[in-house]
Amino acid sequence: MSTQDPPPHRPSVDPDVDLSVPAQRAETAGSGRWRVLAVIAAGGALGSAARYAASLAWPAAEGGFPWAVFTVNVTGCALIGVLMVLVAERGTVTHPLVRPFLGVGVLGGFTTFSTYAADVSKLLARQEVVTAMGYAAGTAVAALAAVWGAAVLTRAVVDGRRRAS
Amino acid sequence: MNWLLVVLGGAVGAPLRYLTDRAVQARHGAGLPYVFPWGTFTVNAAGSLLLGVLTGATVSAPVHALLGTGLCGALTTYSTFSYETLRLAEEGRGFLAGANVLASLLVGLGAVFLGAELAGGF
Repeated sequence: MSTQDPPPHRPSVDPDVDLSVPAQRAETAGSGRWRVLAVIAAGGALGSAARYAASLAWPAAEGGFPWAVFTVNVTGCALIGVLMVLVAERGTVTHPLVRPFLGVGVLGGFTTFSTYAADVSKLLARQEVVTAMGYAAGTAVAALAAVWGAAVLTRAVVDGRRRAS
Repeated sequence: MNWLLVVLGGAVGAPLRYLTDRAVQARHGAGLPYVFPWGTFTVNAAGSLLLGVLTGATVSAPVHALLGTGLCGALTTYSTFSYETLRLAEEGRGFLAGANVLASLLVGLGAVFLGAELAGGF
């Protein structure tokens, strides 16, 4: 763990950026800003490409349940649970570009709220009310369960290994 | 071709989310760590509005790949939204956590419908 930049005592709510954390506030100051923005852009490009690949491999039928976006969003939520425990909560990973690249970029680009909202709207416009409601609520419940389960599990593993060592 | 456009849109959308989040936090009580996550809420609403416009305007496949799948897809996020909701709940801010989920969903849906309406309907 870096001595200059200990993780905040209470972990942030917003994993993308928290201006109350001095190191994150300083990310866009000076010449380092272009490096941060570049890794976010690279991560966003990778994450978006992976989401696009999933949507091509598993196209949703007209009026059907959008399984590809559902799976992408739930998977991304599980992964951010693991990532933020390691980076922000337990300080296991200390490289300053890991959160911008993997959290803001890759996972932020992989998951999407706009396509989710648009698909729910399209289902409602087609009178597919049950599918629309099931998809809207199902994604929210599964995503929250995924991030919670992944965070709890990762905390247990990290803390267990620390106690053992 | 569409792959390149999705990648380009994603490379712009993700930094745009990060910079917007910073700008919103700088206006809304920076230094207060446990307030409502307005930054993510804002990008999710804005991206949903733009995707609604693209849907209503029935743009060509390449334009949709660039601006819809790429830009809007990366500008908005479910992972950040879900972790914020988890943290709010764990901090004992259950009301804010629930409000975040409900408001994000309702405003996101409303934004899509509004955007589609502005551009000529579904």
